[in-house]
Amino acid sequence: MGELATEKHVRYILSVEKRKDNFESVVMEHLRINGAYWGLTALDLLGKLDTVDVDEVVSWLMSCLHESGGFGGNVGHDPHILYTLSAVQVLALFDKLDVIDVDKVTNYIVSLQNEDGSFSGDMWGEVDTRFSYIAICCLSILHRLEKIDVEKAVKYILSCKNMDGGFGCTPGGESHAGQIFCCVGALAITGSLDLVDKDLLGWWLCERQVKSGGLNGRPEKLPDVCYSWWVLSSLTMIDRVHWISKEKLIKFIIDCQDTENGGISDRPDDAVDVFHTFFGVAGLSLLEYPGLKPIDPAYALPVDVVNRIFFTK
Amino acid sequence: MESRSGDREGEEEQHRRVPLRERPEWSDVTPLPQNDGPNPVVPIQYTEDFAEVTDYFRAVYVADERSPRALALTDEAIQFNSGNYTVWHFRRLILESLKIDLHSELGFVERMAAGNSKNYQMWHHRRWVAEKLGPEAGNIELEFTKKILSIDAKHYHAWSHRKWVLQSLGGWEDELNYCTELLEEDIFNNSAWSQRYFVITRSPFLGGLKAMRESEVLYTIGAIEAYPENESSWRYLRGLYKGETTSWVNDPQVSSVCLKILRTKSNYLFALSTILDLICSGYQPNEDIRDAIDALKTTDMDKQNSDVDDIGDQKILNMAGSICSILEQVDPIRVNYWIWRKSRLLPST
Repeated sequence: MGELATEKHVRYILSVEKRKDNFESVVMEHLRINGAYWGLTALDLLGKLDTVDVDEVVSWLMSCLHESGGFGGNVGHDPHILYTLSAVQVLALFDKLDVIDVDKVTNYIVSLQNEDGSFSGDMWGEVDTRFSYIAICCLSILHRLEKIDVEKAVKYILSCKNMDGGFGCTPGGESHAGQIFCCVGALAITGSLDLVDKDLLGWWLCERQVKSGGLNGRPEKLPDVCYSWWVLSSLTMIDRVHWISKEKLIKFIIDCQDTENGGISDRPDDAVDVFHTFFGVAGLSLLEYPGLKPIDPAYALPVDVVNRIFFTK
Repeated sequence: MESRSGDREGEEEQHRRVPLRERPEWSDVTPLPQNDGPNPVVPIQYTEDFAEVTDYFRAVYVADERSPRALALTDEAIQFNSGNYTVWHFRRLILESLKIDLHSELGFVERMAAGNSKNYQMWHHRRWVAEKLGPEAGNIELEFTKKILSIDAKHYHAWSHRKWVLQSLGGWEDELNYCTELLEEDIFNNSAWSQRYFVITRSPFLGGLKAMRESEVLYTIGAIEAYPENESSWRYLRGLYKGETTSWVNDPQVSSVCLKILRTKSNYLFALSTILDLICSGYQPNEDIRDAIDALKTTDMDKQNSDVDDIGDQKILNMAGSICSILEQVDPIRVNYWIWRKSRLLPST
């Protein structure tokens, strides 16, 4: 088996999208903040966050802050809960949460909770369990979880639980590993994991490992490095990660590296991107791959960052 | 995803895109470039056309210009980047302000979907339009999703939209048949199984899970017999007894289908794990099942348990242990899971 090309991945992340006329760079414009979160968290896990100019990142982030208290995906974009979490996570990485008006950001998120406990992504009302996770994760980082109706939020998430033990985006929605991460993560943060059928869900999740060692997100779908994060973090949160073959998954992720130019792709021999690079590195971190900082499976931030948030002061 | 239709592509080839700065109707607008701030973390090289459209969009957006040309501009901007929330938002504001007939908007979304249908913003927009049009949009929406599902039968967004349509606008009558149709095409389609469960548990016309159980069990057993390696059909079968474990344990149809598959000695992983689950829920396996399981043991497998003349519970416990041993061998990637299952069988001391 090869090894993680750490130095090359660091270089790749730092130089990402310098190629011209690249399709990905065009569609990335509106989710620049998400890109920053993926890239910077991966850098931190690789032990190289200090190569970044903190003040530059923070001042750019703050220029994406909307007067409503939500962050846009880039300067001048409308606020959305998706970008707000990424912004808060990046600030947490740099221990710079004090630069935001916590009450204002809190109010923005609180305003997105609906009567049934669910969350909308923005003022236009798209509802999805992804947004429940984001709201709960974000408020928890800000120490303001009590500002929403947690009980109702949990109840809504449970209404999206399926007979296979998994969760969908809305009640009755097909179980999907990405949604499962969101629901299990939200339940973990709110201390409600006892409401998950861990054995049933754990079995569904470990069935996601296919012969190549990779994980898929639903039955009969192709494996993809991003599920190394979503499936694995869920399994970790419910203490069932040993049910899959760690060695085979590590090999699958390592096989998805571009060993020449750095970066990780969805499957072996595909084009790399910063999204899959983050999820590959994060997955390896959960698998305790040597040389990587450990990552927290619920907050999707390095464990030392999470500890700093909750155990200092 | 499939790319847009051939016709449209040809059309676009013929009409080369005229840059906005060369179009007379835009001569009064000064484009507003993106301010990336100093040395952005994820630097991006914009393509020229994309950058131009975005700059003009920013200008009309900041001026809050809700005009036909601004509407046309959002069309272009979305074609360049269908993931931008702001452009879609602004488009809805314009549609409302200009009181545009939303039937034409359905056509717009369809054109966008032909390019890239895996996009949250587009589906949210579609729902907004359908909600405004009300129940009359029900059938249109079912047809729309059907078209997308005919290209990608596991399309998560299309299924989510379809579920929303059924619950909000109706159209349940044919849905079970539609599921059957899709499962005939691909019996491994987990999305179609999920939809089937959605229909039998939520359709106002079918009387609920209990009323549907008998016929659904028959249907599912047929599917399992055809492809016993299908995870989805097994999970569906279990789901048919949700909250009624006793009925599941006592239904001879369940153990029979397991036995039938065990006897074929191939693709029996789920049949075996189902027997294990049944035993853990109080099922008492008969001689036939016991023989079928014995026949699956390999010679090197620990046979000590079955050699002893155990009685009652101990015998069943030993059989469950043997099942775990077999599964450890035939499903090596999940060996730890089966070892854990076996460890849970040990009587607590």
